[in-house]
Amino acid sequence: MINLLETPIPAPTLEWMLLAPLFVLLGVGALGILLEGFLPRGTRHVVQASLAALGILVALGLTILNWIQEAPSLAAMGLLAIDGPAYVFWTLILVVGLGGVALFAERRVAGDLSAFASSAATVPGSPLEREADRLRREHTEIFPLLVFALFGMLLFASTNNLLVLFVAVEIFSLPLYLLTGMARRRRLLSQEAALKYFLLGSVASAIMLYGVAMLYGYSGSLALAGVADAISAGSGSKWLLLGGMLLTSVGVLFKIGAVPFHAWTPDAYMGAPTPVTGFMAVATKTAAVAALMRVFYVALGGLAWDWQLLFSVVAVITMLVGATAALAQTDIKRLLAYSSIAHAGFILVGVVGAVQAGENVSISSVAAVAFYLLTYGVATLGAFAIVMMVRRAGGEANGLDAWRGLGKRNPVIAVLMTLFMLSFAGIPLTAGFIGKLAVFASAWEGGYGWLVLVAVVMSVIAAFFYLKVVVAMWFQDEDDETVGTVETPSIWTWIVLAVAALATLVLGIVPGAVLDLFASAAQFIR
Amino acid sequence: MNPEGFLVLSAILFTIGLAGFLLRRNAIIAFLSIELMLNATNLAFVAFARFHGNLDGLVAAFFVMVVAAAEVVIGLAIIVAVYRSRRSASVDDANLMKL
Repeated sequence: MINLLETPIPAPTLEWMLLAPLFVLLGVGALGILLEGFLPRGTRHVVQASLAALGILVALGLTILNWIQEAPSLAAMGLLAIDGPAYVFWTLILVVGLGGVALFAERRVAGDLSAFASSAATVPGSPLEREADRLRREHTEIFPLLVFALFGMLLFASTNNLLVLFVAVEIFSLPLYLLTGMARRRRLLSQEAALKYFLLGSVASAIMLYGVAMLYGYSGSLALAGVADAISAGSGSKWLLLGGMLLTSVGVLFKIGAVPFHAWTPDAYMGAPTPVTGFMAVATKTAAVAALMRVFYVALGGLAWDWQLLFSVVAVITMLVGATAALAQTDIKRLLAYSSIAHAGFILVGVVGAVQAGENVSISSVAAVAFYLLTYGVATLGAFAIVMMVRRAGGEANGLDAWRGLGKRNPVIAVLMTLFMLSFAGIPLTAGFIGKLAVFASAWEGGYGWLVLVAVVMSVIAAFFYLKVVVAMWFQDEDDETVGTVETPSIWTWIVLAVAALATLVLGIVPGAVLDLFASAAQFIR
Repeated sequence: MNPEGFLVLSAILFTIGLAGFLLRRNAIIAFLSIELMLNATNLAFVAFARFHGNLDGLVAAFFVMVVAAAEVVIGLAIIVAVYRSRRSASVDDANLMKL
């Protein structure tokens, strides 16, 4: 019998230095909310954007400092594992966060208006909304929301405990639900996207939580190591274990956007403000893949035979649905959404291999998947930055017909977009090619040759719709009625574009250094 | 102690919640069903904690309650915003985007 009074709960010991990036983000987010109440309206945009960028930079600096100085270890009473993969994924997520801040702050493309509603609480088309527009109100809470989402994503990527897994998924999802519903243009669409994303996301988290409860029931522990120990001891009900594994995978696969849990992706990506789409397309996927690998490699490694089969089937369906449904799309954001589904499939191919770093291993799964996420991430951020710039009559022109003849009107932007599309398609000399090579190699090494063959065929199919965009930009004549003009963005968006393009090229030509770095930090601890 | 009865009840509640989410058209009711699923999970957590004789499951239940409360705030904000724009909280009416 447990008696709380006789066994007082000891105060937790925290590793402040290891956890500093998390505390910085949490503090900056909270400070941002506080400033919202004190600063005059005119100054908020600049202050909030700078504060968020500064906070993320400090967190990034601390992460890299810890990566160099500290040995991998458990932190916060074993709730978090701050190890090599955690540092890799934290760095990726924080860099994407910086790009996100730059895109969130972009106002120049739309004539000094942000991509967010002037007042999200007003009814679209109402006098109140017009009044808010006239007064040039804007939501500067978007920056603290982004920082809070980043905080949750870092937690998610380094969770060593199943309860933290659930809490973290909610911490980063809740701000994203809100951000999804805050688009300035086509607000009904945006609100609808938020509703769908929220309801489906919540139900996926609830299903995942039931899986967590079942794993706890099986092992008597919420720690990943405790579950792993219980599996190797082999006691308890097999049904609880298998059920828990299945239900837990639902929540994480939903966040990755894998079929059959992908239905929210096209709608949420299309309805959300484009900066938010770019941010969540990359950051959510990165964090979720990190958590997926940690939970399944560390806690459920003893069940690898079961979940490798499950994930390889999911990967095949995901690639197939993503690649074929994208062919039929005429909206660039929906096209990129289906493309992100296809990429989720390729990432799962890498996850399935489950190759640990070792003597005779060319590349471990964690390093391969992290590299793939990096290449996917830079190209995605760049592509969405360009989507923000192609506009017509006050709003973004997202129809593919607006992109016709872009090569003649603005060759620079068209070249950049072509580069990102080729990288998505996995054409040699771009980062995407090396990324695909890496995940395929790790799956091959893990004994999943048939899956690699399927994935190669799928990547050929997927190349078609990327080429569709390229063909529209270079080889089709513009139509006067639908033509979109390219607006000049602010310096920060240019920086995002330049870094993304440079990274896509450099990682495609000389990927060795980054691959080595990721390979050296691919070992999960428990 | 045999937790089986509690687990069966928890599974039934969870299923009712999932079925409610899939079948009911009103966003508020769908959301309510999600909350039912979370509470069914809490029951499972508490039953397992009792079965294993440790506190982890009880602590988990507290965290789930807090998270569920935060989720209600966000969820109702979104549902109310949609209702005020469309004068309807039916999930079938929110159909501007397809495929």
